[in-house]
Formats: sequence, C-alpha cells, structure tokens
Amino acid sequence: MSSHSALDSRGVDHTRRKISLAFRLHIDIPLLAGLLLLTTFGLLVLYSAGGEDPEMLTRQITRVAVAFTVLFVAAQIPPHWLKIITFWLFMIGLLMLIAVPLAGESHKGAQRWLNLGVFLIQPSEMMKLIIPMMVAAYLSEHHLPPEPKRLLAATALIIFPVLLIAKQPDLGTSILIASSGFFVLFLAGISWRIIAGLAASAAALLPLFWIYLMKPYQQQRVLTFLDPESDPRGSGYHIIQSKIAIGSGGGFGKGWLNGTQSQLEFLPERHTDFIFAVLAEEFGFWGVLILFSLYLFIIFRGLTIAIQAQETYTRLLAGGITMIFFTYFFVNVGMVSGLLPVVGLPLPMVSYGGTSMVTLMAAFGILMSIQTHRRLLDQ
Amino acid sequence: MIPALKDHHFEAILFRNRATLAMVLVSLVILMLTIRMFNLQVTQHDHFTTLSNDNRVHTVPIPPPRGNIYDRNGILLAENRTTFRLEITPTRVPDMLDTLQRLSQLISYSKEDLERFHQEIRLNRRGARRFNPVPLRFSLTTEEVARFEVSRHQFPGVSINDRQTRHYPLHNLTAHVIGYIGRINEEELQQIDQGGYRGSEYIGKTGIEHYYEEMLHGTPGIRQVESNVIGRVIRVLEESQPTPGDDLFLTIDSKLQAVADEAMGDYRGAVVAIQPKTGGILAMLSKPSFNANLFVNGISSRDYQELRDSGERPLFNRFLQGQYPPGSTVKPLMALAGLETGQITADKSTFCNGWYQIKGYKHKYRDWKKRGHGETDLDKAIVESCDVYFYNLAYSMGIDAINSYLSQFGFGRLSGADITGEQPGLLPSRQWKEVNREEPWYPGETLSVGIGQGFFTATPLQLSSAFATLANQGEQIQPHLLYATRSTRIENPQLQKYASLGRITIKEQSNWDQIHDSMRRVAHSSHGTARKIGKRSKYTIAGKTGTAQVFTIKQGDKYDEKSLPEHLRDHALFVAFAPMEDPEIAIAVIVENGGHGGSVAAPIAKQVMDRYLIDYTQEGAG
Repeated sequence: MSSHSALDSRGVDHTRRKISLAFRLHIDIPLLAGLLLLTTFGLLVLYSAGGEDPEMLTRQITRVAVAFTVLFVAAQIPPHWLKIITFWLFMIGLLMLIAVPLAGESHKGAQRWLNLGVFLIQPSEMMKLIIPMMVAAYLSEHHLPPEPKRLLAATALIIFPVLLIAKQPDLGTSILIASSGFFVLFLAGISWRIIAGLAASAAALLPLFWIYLMKPYQQQRVLTFLDPESDPRGSGYHIIQSKIAIGSGGGFGKGWLNGTQSQLEFLPERHTDFIFAVLAEEFGFWGVLILFSLYLFIIFRGLTIAIQAQETYTRLLAGGITMIFFTYFFVNVGMVSGLLPVVGLPLPMVSYGGTSMVTLMAAFGILMSIQTHRRLLDQ
Repeated sequence: MIPALKDHHFEAILFRNRATLAMVLVSLVILMLTIRMFNLQVTQHDHFTTLSNDNRVHTVPIPPPRGNIYDRNGILLAENRTTFRLEITPTRVPDMLDTLQRLSQLISYSKEDLERFHQEIRLNRRGARRFNPVPLRFSLTTEEVARFEVSRHQFPGVSINDRQTRHYPLHNLTAHVIGYIGRINEEELQQIDQGGYRGSEYIGKTGIEHYYEEMLHGTPGIRQVESNVIGRVIRVLEESQPTPGDDLFLTIDSKLQAVADEAMGDYRGAVVAIQPKTGGILAMLSKPSFNANLFVNGISSRDYQELRDSGERPLFNRFLQGQYPPGSTVKPLMALAGLETGQITADKSTFCNGWYQIKGYKHKYRDWKKRGHGETDLDKAIVESCDVYFYNLAYSMGIDAINSYLSQFGFGRLSGADITGEQPGLLPSRQWKEVNREEPWYPGETLSVGIGQGFFTATPLQLSSAFATLANQGEQIQPHLLYATRSTRIENPQLQKYASLGRITIKEQSNWDQIHDSMRRVAHSSHGTARKIGKRSKYTIAGKTGTAQVFTIKQGDKYDEKSLPEHLRDHALFVAFAPMEDPEIAIAVIVENGGHGGSVAAPIAKQVMDRYLIDYTQEGAG
C-alpha cells in the first residue's frame, strides 16, 4: 500500500503500536457505522414514502452503494494531496459557475447544469466541498486566527461563488455553501467582534438580497412561511400537510407503511425533500429521536475527528465538512417542521436522489482519510 | 498578543475550543428541533389527528335510483338504463387541449358536447367539486367503449363510467305526459333541498317527471370513504343504502294512446280520454310530439332549434296549454243551462232562417247553415248544431248566467290534474272584460260565447273533463294520472284513491237524460252531425261536434275551405262519452285546421272508443 510506504518514509515504526485493519483501509468504524445505520433507516422510510415501489428502492440502493464506493476511494487520498489540488479545483469550479448562465442547461426554471458532452455536471454541487477545502487551505497557510486582510480575502472566496449560485437560482445550495464557509472561519478562531460584525452586515444585506437576488417564487415561499394559512391550496400547502403528517404521527407513529398523509399522497414531495414528515408520521416521536441521535452521533464523530487532526488544514477541513452535513440536516428538518422557509434541500442520506449523497459521502471519505492518515506517534 | 510564527499548540487549543463550541451549538439546535417535534407530535397530536382525518375521510352520497313509470297495465314508460359516459377529471389531466385533440380521434364529440363540457368545468371550478369527473359524451356505443379501453393508458384523467340514465321507451308517444328529466341547472340548485339531492345530477323538468319529482327521486344513501389527495376512493369505511324513488303507475293506457296517435295521423291536435267514473285519464295525446330522450342529457342546440322553430310546434303541449275556442261542443251544456234557468223547454221551438239579429243592431249573426234550419226545438238544435237557436238562448240568458253555469263544468279554471304546466283557458265574464280589456261587455259578445266562440277558450283536458262530468250526470271526479304507486317499503302497488269534487245539482234530474239523448242522436240519427260514426257502432255514443273559427269572416263574405290557407282553416272538434247508458269513457278530440268536427275529429274519437270498449271486452272474453 502506498500509504504504508509514505508512513515508512516518515520513519514511523509499526512495531510500536498495533494498527487495526480498518485503519489500514482508512476506514473510521464509528463514522461508517453511523452512516450505515442512517442510510438503512433512510431506505426503510423511502420504501414507504415511495408507495412500496421496489424499483425505486433498487435505484436508491444502487446510489447508496455508489456513494459508499466514492467514500472508500476518497478515504484513500492523503489530505496533503487534496491540499495541493484545492486551488486548481477551486478555479475550475469557479469557471464552471461562470459558464453556467452563459452556456448552462435549464431544468424546472433554474439554470444549474453544464453539459460536458459526456455527462451533465452541476458545478454548485461540487462547490459544497471545494469552498471549505479552499478556505481551509488558504487560512492554514498562515497562523490562526487570521489577520483582517486574510479574513477579507477568505470572505471574498466564499461570497463570490455564493452569489453566482444564488443567481441560478439555487437558494438552498447558496445558503449551505455560505454557512460552510462561515463555519470554517468560525473554527479558525475569528474574534467574536468580527462574528458580530459579519452577522450585522449580513442582516444589512438581507433587503438587497431580497430585492435583487430572490425570484418572486422564493419571496412567496418566505411569505408563506410567515403565514402558511394565507394560501392553503398554493404555496402554504406543503407546510400545512407536512405539519399534519408530523403531528398526527404522535408518540409512536401510525406504523410503517401506514401513514395516511403519505400513503394517500396528501404530502407532496414525500420521497424527496419532505421525507422527514413521512418518518415522523409513521414512526412517531420515538422514530424522530432515533433519527436525531444518529445525526448527532455522526456530527459529533466528525467534530471529534476534526479536533484530533494534527494540522490546521485538516482540522478546518474536517470541521467545515461536518458542519455542512449539520446545516443540511438543520435546514431540512427546520423547513419540514415549519420552523424555516421552504428551500429545496434534501434530508442528507435519507431523501431519494443521489447527487447530494455522493457529495456528502465523498466528504465523509475525506473525514476518514484525515482520521486515518495521522502520524500516530506524534500524539 | 498574536504570535508571529505558527504556534501549533496555540492553534490546536484555539481550534479545540471552537470545535467544542460547535458541538454545543449543534446540541442546542438539535434540542430545539426535538422540542419542536415534541410540541407537534405530543402536545398538538390531537389537533393534527383531526386535520389528518378530515383530509382522508370523505362522505360520498349515493344517489337513489329514480322510480320507474308504468302505464296502467304495467307497460314501461320511463326507466333507468345503464349507459356509458366518457368523463374527464380536469385536475388529473396534464394537458386538456392535447387530451381533447387526441380523444377526438377515438370518440367523436360535437361542438355542443364540448361547449357543455367547458360550461360544467366552469360551474365546478371551486371547492371539492373541481375534483369531480365531468362528462364529455353520453351514451357511448360498445364499439366506442372498446376503442377507448385499448388505449386508455394514454389518457390520464379520462375514464369511461357507467351511469344511470333515464330512458323513455315509447319516445314521442308519451313525451307530453311523462315530460322529461334533465341535468340540474343553477337555478334549480338554489331551490332544491341540497341534502336530498346530494349526488343527484338530474331533476324532473316537465310533465309527470316534474309533478311527482319528490316521489320519483328517493333519498340518497351515504358512503364514508377513505380517499387520497386526488379524491380517488381507496376503501369504504361505512355505507348506508339509498332509498329508491317510488315506481308510479299511471292511469294512461299506452296501447290506447297508440291507437289515438295512429288515428290522428299527420294532423296536429290533441286527444284526451277519461274514465268518467274514476277521473282516470286513459289517453292524453298532443300531436306532433318529440323524443323526450333527447332532453335527458341536454339537447343539442341544433336539435332544439329544429324543434322550437318547426311550424308544427312539437314542443307545444296542446292538451294542457292549447287554449282553443270550444265551438259548438258547448251547446249541450248551454242547453242544460237554458233548461235549468227556464229560458227554454224541450218542446219550445225557435225559427232559424240562417241568421240572428239583436233588436236595434244591424249586425247579422250567421248560422253555419246558410239557408237555416227552419223550425228548431232543443233536440234538433243539438243534433244539427243550430247556431241561431243558441244565439237566441245566449241572448236571453245573458253572460252572467252563462258564466255561472259553465264554470260549474270547470271552464276558465285549472282542472287540477296531477301534471305540470296546465293553462286555465278563458270563460269570459263582465268583470273579466272590464279588468282586462277596460271595456264594458257588449251583448253581441254573449252570442259568440253561446256557441263557444269569441273570448271563450278551453283546453282539451278541460273539455274532456267537462263531458266526463256530463256523462256522470253532474258528479265531478278529479281528473288525474296517478293510478298506483309502489315503493320499496311495500311490495305491492298501492292504488290511488280518486277524489270526487262534488256534484252539480240541478232542479230537474230528467234534464240530464234530455241532453244525453240529444247527444246520442248527434251520432245515431240521420240528421246528426256525427251520424257517420254512429251508423254501425256496436255501442251507443253520446257526442257533439264542433268547429272553431280561427279566422273571422267579414260580414257578407263566404267561408270557402278550399281557398283558405291551411293554417286559417277551422279547428275540428268532437266530444263524446260512451256507452251512453253507462259511460266508460269520455273523450275530447281537437284537430287543428281540420275543418269539420263531424268528418275529421269524430272518426278519431270513434277509433279510440272502439279500441277501449270493443277490443278490450273481446280480449277479456278471449
């Protein structure tokens, strides 16, 4: 194995400590266990949400398998290799984002895709990983916390692609990327005064964001969020039906495959963005607690890996990646339970669809790589 | 304070602090989400359970099957048939224009179908009704059904459903009596009891279907179903069956009706035959007629225009709404009034020289027989239908006495028969003229009324009813159509009781016989105006011919039937009852522009009476 020789070349003595097989395969067992449990639970819910369609289940299982393969491959790449190619990845990603409004393909009113001849690519999806990688790489060049000049430059690295994505329009992804970038800054130790300043300027920019960047349907979603009953048949419908599904689930749920809101199709987008409501309806509050525990476990494991990391770059990257996953989870559950406006974000690892799952599995692969490429004797 | 060089230890501690802070943040957020979920799922659980049930459980009405209508012998006049309809649920169709376009290649539909379809979609656009399927075509043939079923997967939201549709097996023959049902319109929707009509699409529009709507309709049942978001029923939770509408048996004898219809041939007019003893209407015909089946699912505007604009006026219900001058048919009733008031006696004669003049007036009131009837007594006046005799009688009685006697026989008011749309006709009076014409009553007008002309009009139903009363020697029975009813509660048909409206009392009972006998001689004496039908009759007919003027001939001009356009020719009338000794049937026949009552209307009445009095007796014997 190439990693062995790498370790050997740094003078690591293998006889001093027994290295587990999992470690050699660059797998983090707790993280893998958490992800396997979560995806299994997800498939169970999806089978019900999709109207017991075996084909749909098969397709999703295939995606899960592909995503785990991507995880294993990503876990083999040493983090310092990643750091080397980060700048180039960022430049390619940025160029593709710029190309999207010029030559991109539209689907459902949003221009998000680039046709590369062989396949369609969604640059904003890649940027979810590239942005925290780039910010982490940039900030780790110098000492922490970053100087104001470098902080400003790092903020620009985040804002520019976020604006490009928001313009597509893809509100969910832009929020996700902005927050992942911000979390890297936060973890890099920027002072509370600057955090307050960033929060204040974000609040000040909000009206401009509303006027210039948000499309009427997005504005409508926010207005509906504030008062869902104002348009119960229109844009308020999703959130009303979703709350009915969750609330009628009660403590122990209506039982697997027995949720009336989902089985009778009152709940829209039940196998994609609103799958959490199906879970809550059929498995009740206990099911929700189990799901939350799984997410909490995975997030804590990710942050633990970040803390245990030995370099600034790997720490920031691991922390940033974990917080993307958290933001995904929080925005989706907040939206489905009526705490946040409806933005199109799936429930990570559970919703039907492969794109975000592959991205996140690649991210978890990087986390495992960070965890298993440590120089153990330095501890 | 900030170290100039990278201090790994410092950075590790800084990062660990921030990462720990992130863990706290994550924990707090998940705690907040947990509280939110607890609030929704535990605290507000009951509230959302109610909303969830409201979503999925629906009460679906089951429309009751409408009662059938039979004639008195149990022959079906109106029934429910299962027909196939092409229905489209607008909310489930992705592209309506495209769907309609492609459908037209499989199943033809007319512009009217499409128009009504779009109209109904507009009517249904609010609330839960927008999920209702809307019919595009009715009465599909089995071929059309098969053609669609093969490619139905290409048409989401389009389906063929079997529904109960009203059918009138005798088509034109009973259209004016039975009437028809049609789809409930917006105006009717305001009036009906919404609960009783949940799920019903049809309501009686005219005739028996309208008059007995309540009995025929029944009570809807209720089905509690669980349905999905597009309203498709997943399963039935609870069900209560509808109560079907009552079956009605009419007094109508459809075979007799057919005989009358055939006897009328191509003439326009009406025939009404009544059983004098019961008031039951045996036959009631208005010619020409129309096919009531066309109206059930909305008649096409082309068909409707054709019916409406036809000079023959097939939609006009002549026996209920046709207000014709009764002409000479009132003479027996006038004679009875004259005897009762003492203005005439049976043996006192009047000399008829062909015309009558009121003292002090120049106008000559002419008799139909130009040379006059000569010395004329009461019997001859009826048998030969002498006008002068009745001019004289009317003049001496005066309009007030005429009005009071004739109104006892039901003229000028609704007969009250159980059918919708009856017109009252007009029995003129002084008061009526002052109110409606703002003119005093002129004596000359009394003369016209005396021979059933002038302002005097009556419907064929009124005429037949009046002569049923005469046949009964004054006993008035309510003319009616309902013979029996049968409901699901009671298996056997329940006969309707017929109602006596009282008796016309006269001073001299023999006056009835006097009039009956003169009417007999109308048919059975050599001078009688209806002698043609009396000659070989196997039973005794008491009848009276009549001719009603459509067109007033100027003083001194001659009425020449052949030179007049057909629509200005006289209406031919005939009234009769038979057998005279014990009347079983009373009949009134009006033939529009038919000319003479004796030659045109009487033979029609004879055919109907023959069928009823002879053929049935023989059938019974055989």
